[in-house]
This record gives sequence, C-alpha cells and structure tokens, in this order.
Amino acid sequence: MSLDAHDLTWSANGTPIIDGITLSIPQGRLTGLLGPNGSGKSTLLRLLAGLLHPRAGTVLLDGRRLGALPRREVARRLAVVAQETSTDVDMTVTDVVMLGRIPHRTGLARVSHDGPHDVLEAEKALARCGLAGWGERRWSTLSGGERQRVNIARALAQRPTELLLDEPTNHLDIHHQLDLLRMLADAPTTVVASLHDLNLAAQYCDHLLLMESGRLVASGPPAEVLTEQWMERVYRVRATVSLSPDGRPHLRYTSLAARDEDRGRPSV
Amino acid sequence: MWLGGAGLVALPLSVAFAVTVGAAGLSTGEVFRSVAAHLSLPVTSLPPLQDAIVWELRLPRVLLAALVGGGLAVCGAVLQALTRNPLADPYLLGISSGASTGAVAVLILGLGSAVPLTTGAFAGSVVAFCCVLALAGAGMTSSIRVVLAGVAVSQLFSAVTSLIVIWAGDAHSTRSVTFWLLGSLASASWSGAALCAAAAGIALALCWAAAPALDAFAFGREAAASLGVSPVRTQLTLLVTAALCTSALVAASGAIGFVGLIVPHAVRFVVGSRHRVLLPACALYGAIFLLWADTAARALFAPREIPVGVLTALIGVPAFAAVMRRRSTAR
Repeated sequence: MSLDAHDLTWSANGTPIIDGITLSIPQGRLTGLLGPNGSGKSTLLRLLAGLLHPRAGTVLLDGRRLGALPRREVARRLAVVAQETSTDVDMTVTDVVMLGRIPHRTGLARVSHDGPHDVLEAEKALARCGLAGWGERRWSTLSGGERQRVNIARALAQRPTELLLDEPTNHLDIHHQLDLLRMLADAPTTVVASLHDLNLAAQYCDHLLLMESGRLVASGPPAEVLTEQWMERVYRVRATVSLSPDGRPHLRYTSLAARDEDRGRPSV
Repeated sequence: MWLGGAGLVALPLSVAFAVTVGAAGLSTGEVFRSVAAHLSLPVTSLPPLQDAIVWELRLPRVLLAALVGGGLAVCGAVLQALTRNPLADPYLLGISSGASTGAVAVLILGLGSAVPLTTGAFAGSVVAFCCVLALAGAGMTSSIRVVLAGVAVSQLFSAVTSLIVIWAGDAHSTRSVTFWLLGSLASASWSGAALCAAAAGIALALCWAAAPALDAFAFGREAAASLGVSPVRTQLTLLVTAALCTSALVAASGAIGFVGLIVPHAVRFVVGSRHRVLLPACALYGAIFLLWADTAARALFAPREIPVGVLTALIGVPAFAAVMRRRSTAR
C-alpha cells in the first residue's frame, strides 16, 4: 500500500497550478498538507485522488499508475472528502453515508437492497464521527459542521486504505476539530489532509508537506517544516517557534513579514 | 413498502374503473367480460359496439395514459438527478419541440401517406436531442451546459415549427402543432400502447440498474467519480435512454406537461431520494396520476373533452402542495 507522485504537473488555461511535484505519502500516518491560499493544495489532492488527470507526471497507487486503474477499484481503496459539498437532494444522513458503500457492492445486490454488511459499515462510520443514531436526520437540517462530519463518515464507510481530505476542519468547532484530528491520527489508514491551522497540524500530523505556488518546498516531520524561516518565506509572517515537551513545534505569530507592496504581487 | 403495495393494488383497480367511465355507460362486469372474451376465456362476449368501445377505444387509452405517465415520471426523476436541477423535466432535452417540428414537417411536406405522423414526431425528437448532445459536447463536462443546450435547442425547434406553420398556413397543421404541444391521449391505439410499454419498460430497467450511480450524482460529478462511478459514461447512457424513451412517449401522446416534473418531486417527498426505490415508485404513481388525470379530462365536462395537460396541472398542483405541506410539518 503506497501512494506516490512523480513530477506531477497541472495547469489551468496556461497558468501552472501544480509545477513538478514529486512526493511519497508515508503509509498509515497522518500527513498534513500546508500552504497559503492558492498554493495548489486542493488541486494536488484532486490529482492524488485521480479526479484530475495530470498534464505530465504520474500518481502511483501501489506502484501502479492511478489513471490506468479502473475507477471502481480506486474508489474501494481511496476516499476523498472535498472542501465544498452541497446537494439540493433532501437525503437522510444514512443515505449519504451509504453512498460510500457503492464501490463495494456488486451485481444485482448493488441495486436491490442494502446488505447487512453495508449497513454495519455505515453505522460504524457514523459512530466514529460521533454521529451514532443520526441516521434518520435530514441533510437539509444539518449545520455546516455536521454536514462535514457526515461527509467524513461517508468517506470512512468506503473503508479506504488512503483517505484524502481537503480542509476537513472547516466549519468545525474546536472540540470537533480536535476530535477529528485525533481520530485521523489514530486511524491505521494513510491520511492526507490539507489544513490551515498550523498549530493543529504540528500537534497531530506525523508528516507535513508545505506548498508554495504549485511547488512542494518542504516536507518532513513537523519540527523540520514549521520553522521561522519557512513561515516568513511561504506565509509572509514572523513567528516564534517553541518546542513542546513531546518535541512538537508550537507557533506564536508576531507580525506580518512582507511589506505591503509585496502582497498583491503575483508569484512568478 | 406499504406504499408500493398500495400502488400495485391501486393501479389495476384504477384501470378497471377508468375503463367504465365515459359516455356509453358500461359496468365493471361488462368491461371484464369484454377483456376476458378477447383473452379467449369462456364468457359470453359483449355486443360488437360495446365491445369495440371497451377494447378498441377505452382500454388502449387507459393503458397508454398509465404507460406515458409512468415513463415520463421515471425520465423526469433521472434527468433531475443527472443535471442536479430540480426544474429538469423530460422535455429539457428539446424533445417536445423536436416532436412538433417533426410532425408538422411530415404534414407540410406531404409525406403523410408514406410516413406516419408519429414516426415524424419521433424522428424530430431524436434530431433535436442529437443537437443538444452536439451543443453540450459529448464530454458532458458540466450539467449546466446540458441544461443550456436543451433550452437553446428547444427554442430553435419551436421557431422552426412556427415558421413552417406560418409558411404553410393551413388549419390542419396548426391543429397538429397544438396536439403535440398540449398532448392528448385521444388517438391511443394498441400498437402505440405496445410501443410505449416497451420504451417505458426498457428505460425503467436500465435506469433502475444504474440507481447507485444516480444516487452518487447527488453531490456532483466529481463526488460521483470519487465513488467509482464514471460521470461521463453514466450521464451519456442515461441521457440517451431517457431521451429515446421520452421521444417514443411523445410520439404517441404529444408533450403532456407536468407529470415528469412534479411526480418525481412528490414521490421523493414520500419515499426518499434513493433511486432504487424512487424510480419504481415514480413509474407506479406517475401511471396512476396520468390515468386519473386523463379520465377526469374526458369525463368531467363530457361530452366536451379538455386537454389532459390542463388537468395534470389542475390536479397535480394541489396534490403536490398537500404532499409538500405534510412533509414540512412532519419534520
């Protein structure tokens, strides 16, 4: 079980969004994907998920080219939680979570009824997201954070070996953010999550990837990536970094690093 | 489940009742005698006139109503799911305007003796749908493009129809256009009903088999792709299926409005949004709905018959409002 990318490139209307990224995702660990707005985090995640086809380079799942694998086979292995999920269809929470079982069901049973195994997996996924007993609630009545958790439960119901999440802590209150990151960190699954809160990333992630303008500029354990130098260069903020007793960095932001005229300057 | 059972009982009862309704008073017993006689069962057959009323006029019409209603509701539900647009209906793909253009073209070009009107209508629908596909791009990259292409092509074919009618300027073609646009089940025949049965049956089977894929579209194309569903293939095969089925139904009955738009919503309110239940329920309740609407259309103001499209809206809107109301208070 491995997820690697080699020299990935992707552009939109001639503008490079992802520019020659090579990486290897550590197995069974929680990898945090960091970078400022517009640095290409979401695009990278979609490339890793096979939802976009790279203009050049390859994504390898277990050493096999992702683009050459049947979509269903990929969906049994790899689950995605997108940043914005919306629907006008008034589904129940169970309906949404059962979507995650679609890639696993075969033949006529796929359509005719929910197998007991599928129902069990859906219930387990709901319980892991703290949503046990929520099955009959309607999607339209849920708050943003609740929808996010239902969506994560749907991804867990896919029983992925690789789980990719785009800003999963969005909309969540701090309790549920910690709860989610704890769960992702403890899961035996290989997880990649893009995150904005650098201190939460430092606290929970085993491995960090730092992006800037479509390039991967740093990767490694939190203490190697969350340094004062990288903060100043990539995020244009000054920060003091202290190490907590368990060796994880903690950031305290002090001021903006960039002069005002640098802000609007497009990155080349 | 009980709703499905109730529908399965209600449909044959509705058929049996609807056949007795009409100017010539016929009892349920007489209807059964006529049907049984045609099925070569040992009963005394009805007098030829009454028998013809049951077997040649009313029964095909009632069955056609049920088949068209069920088929349109299924196609509507499928299109709403694929385009993620609650306002989608089976005529979204230019099919109704294509049908009227085709029918009018057959009339005006004097092909009437060689080509049946229904064939012309069917051909027109298919041509219109092909235009929609060409405009939307076979890649089907976005559902909004499909919707916009459908609207544009519908407008184009309506304009062509108007042009032909004005250019020809005879009353017959004008009447014919009205028929295709408003829809009517009055010209029902056994062959038409058989064709619609095949079209609706095949469409229901194919769409039902793709029910999980339709469920997966709820959160969009990319979400569907991440669940292992190919968005392009699903969209293309199901759009073609729905378009061909709708074309066949429209060729037999004209573009009866409202059924394909509102029945899926009403049924969804009651049975939920999972397509493996939703699609058969749409077929059943769409059938019952149009059957009653058509029966009312020919009976309410007898001997005058009002267009069934008027009745589908008159009955459908209050029924829909009731379902919507019940649903919002139940929350």
